[in-house]
Amino acid sequence: MKLKYFAWVRERVGLAEEDVDAPAGVATVAELVDWLRARGPDYERAFAAGPAIRAAIDKRHAKPDASIAGAGEIAFFPPMTGG
Amino acid sequence: MTVRLQSEPFDAGAELARLSEGRDGVGAVVTFTGLCRDRADSGAPLEALILEHYPEMAQEELERIEAEARARWPLIDSLLVHRYGRIRPGEPIVLVATLSSHRAAAFAAAEFLMDYLKTSAPFWKQEETAAGTGWVAAKEADDAAAERWSRG
Repeated sequence: MKLKYFAWVRERVGLAEEDVDAPAGVATVAELVDWLRARGPDYERAFAAGPAIRAAIDKRHAKPDASIAGAGEIAFFPPMTGG
Repeated sequence: MTVRLQSEPFDAGAELARLSEGRDGVGAVVTFTGLCRDRADSGAPLEALILEHYPEMAQEELERIEAEARARWPLIDSLLVHRYGRIRPGEPIVLVATLSSHRAAAFAAAEFLMDYLKTSAPFWKQEETAAGTGWVAAKEADDAAAERWSRG
C-alpha cells in the first residue's frame, strides 16, 4: 500500500510518500502506526503525538480502529488548519 | 454545486455575480470570504501563510461536505473555493457561497460549510514571519464549532 504524509508528519518522517508492505497481523490504523513507530527514530518522533495524528484511508477520514484491509492509500497528518 | 482548489487569488465579487446571474428562483445568497490576517497567532507580523493540502482528498472531502449541506438545507446552488500555496496578508483564502430561495437556509448552510471545512478538509497552514516558518496549531474552538452540527 502507499503511505502519504502531510505537514509536520511529513517533515518528521522525512518523506512525502512511500510504498510499504505491512506484515500480517497489522490490521488496523492503530496497528499500522505502532508498526511504523518501530521502524526508526524519525517515525517514532512523527507519531509520538499519538491520537493527535489523523489518518485517512483512500481519501476518507479513518479512526484508529478502522481496518486497513484492501486499502490502496493511507495518509497521516496533523489536525487540519485550513479555511 | 462546485468545489474548486486553486493557488491563485480569486475575486469574491466576480464569483458572486457569476453564480447569481439569471437565477430567478434565488431569493438569498450568503457568501463568506476568509482573508489572510497580517499577524501570526503569536501576534508577530505575518509575511505570508503557506497552505499545504492533500489535493485529491481535499477535493473529495469538500464535495462530501457540500453534499451533506445539500441534504440538510434546500440549496439551489453552492460554491466552495479554497486556495493553497503562498498567501499574503489581505489576500483571500477561502470562499463559501450558498444560494437558496430564503435566507435561513443560505445562512445556516454557509456556516455549516465553513465549520466543517475548518476541521475536516485536509489543509495545513504554516506562518511565515521574520523569526522563521512554523505550523499553525489546530484550535479547539473550531472543533467545538463543527461539533454543534452533529446529529444528536
